[in-house]
Amino acid sequence: MARTIIPFGPQHPVLPEPLHVKLVVEDEIVQEAIPALGYVHRGLEKLAEIRDYHQMIQIVERVCGICSNIHSMCYCQGIEEIMGVEVPDRAKYLRTIWSELHRMHSHLLWLGLFADAFGFEALFMQFWRIRERIMDINEATTGSRVITSVNVVGGVRQDLTPEMCSWILSEVNTAEKEIKGLQNTILNDYTVCTRTKGVGVLTKEQAYDLGAAGPTLRGSGVASDMRLLKYAAFDKIDFEPVVENDGDCYARSTVRFRETLQSAELVRQALAGLPQGEIATKVKGNPEGEVITRVEQPRGECLYYIKGNGSKYLDRVRIRTPTFANIPPLLAMLPHCELADVPVIILSIDPCISCTER
Amino acid sequence: MLNMTPTVLKNLLSKSSTRMYPVEKREPFDRYRGELFNNIDDCIFCKKCQIKCPSQCITVTKDKDSGTGTWVCDPFACVYCSICVDHCPTNSLYMKPVHRAPSAEREMIEQVGKVKPPKKKAK
Ligand code: SF4
Ligand code: SF4
Repeated sequence: MARTIIPFGPQHPVLPEPLHVKLVVEDEIVQEAIPALGYVHRGLEKLAEIRDYHQMIQIVERVCGICSNIHSMCYCQGIEEIMGVEVPDRAKYLRTIWSELHRMHSHLLWLGLFADAFGFEALFMQFWRIRERIMDINEATTGSRVITSVNVVGGVRQDLTPEMCSWILSEVNTAEKEIKGLQNTILNDYTVCTRTKGVGVLTKEQAYDLGAAGPTLRGSGVASDMRLLKYAAFDKIDFEPVVENDGDCYARSTVRFRETLQSAELVRQALAGLPQGEIATKVKGNPEGEVITRVEQPRGECLYYIKGNGSKYLDRVRIRTPTFANIPPLLAMLPHCELADVPVIILSIDPCISCTER
Repeated sequence: MLNMTPTVLKNLLSKSSTRMYPVEKREPFDRYRGELFNNIDDCIFCKKCQIKCPSQCITVTKDKDSGTGTWVCDPFACVYCSICVDHCPTNSLYMKPVHRAPSAEREMIEQVGKVKPPKKKAK
């Protein structure tokens, strides 16, 4: 049979980000996938040379528009570890609350986009309407919908008042109820099941060997979650990773759906345990030494390598985002699938290309 | 099949979840970081905001001869992080919880004020 090469992207209606994959196709069956990256490289890591380490917080936040808070949290944790800064308990809890809210809105955004990828527009709008509640919480408590800018080295910048806490609680409860109302549609619907079950299978061994991260890894049955490292307030919160065993697109979307509900639960626990006290410690001096920190982002494990030289400028900031880890597994999923399933499979790893290229 | 039907029917019968935006606006949240202003009479031109700003969009200059200082901000480079507001020693910088109005051309926020004479040390 004749082989044809079909370009997918860099601009594709289902992907808001410029990922380019060359698909080698025989009879509408994909035989091979060759990725091309590098369309949105922004050189953010290089900026560490001309911005001091406090200003880098605002820069690393802009690595990704969706998990901005978690990026800055990871960076701040790294600097705090180098400098031996003790973060107050209240700040740790507040960081946990905001990072879980970020996970919730990121997963809701993805669930919507996923529904949109196979043409289920009504479901897409439903998820995004629920997401709006979380965005409102972000805006009211931190000052911005997406780029929250609340983390600083040594703590956080904003505090939550008791009224805000009870309002967040009621909004999160409502959102949770609304998400549960859509459970039947996203997990049992005929359209959703036929388009996702058995599509893009990644076995447990493959996921482990190729170094998948986050829901892609957990969807294949590996219980790995960086939150088990007990950063921020996760040591005081009851928590277990969500795992599904099938390794197909359906399993990955189930993991994300269940994690959304789990995040709501974690926000509730963190709000219940929120201690009183300071929200930030004063930081003096400059970082000297190197450190690797890891946190769990909505898409998976995010790794920061930070090297300071004792001046206010850092020597090196290296960021490895979860999508970077998930590209080899993606290339293992694509062969032998139908051409029409390609958008669904690519979306099922939740690609964030701007993160990958920084 | 038909899992979505109850939701769709409920949406048909309930009121719309969107607003008629330009006509009907939501009240801004108190903490919203919107447009940046400088209350120039309180500004002492200490350059703290210029040093701390992550996007380096503020320029503060002092002119000794005429005794005036200029505070310039490039609103197109500003990322609305409010770091400058946190660090201003005289609280002359503040943010209004409203969006910046659209403008047809690129313009700088430029404010000129008098430099206060330094307080004499009591002997
Ligand atoms: S930090 Fe405040 S007082 Fe100092 S130059 Fe800036 S606006 Fe003026
Ligand atoms: S809000 Fe942020 S980016 Fe804008 S002028 Fe202030 S410090 Fe600079």
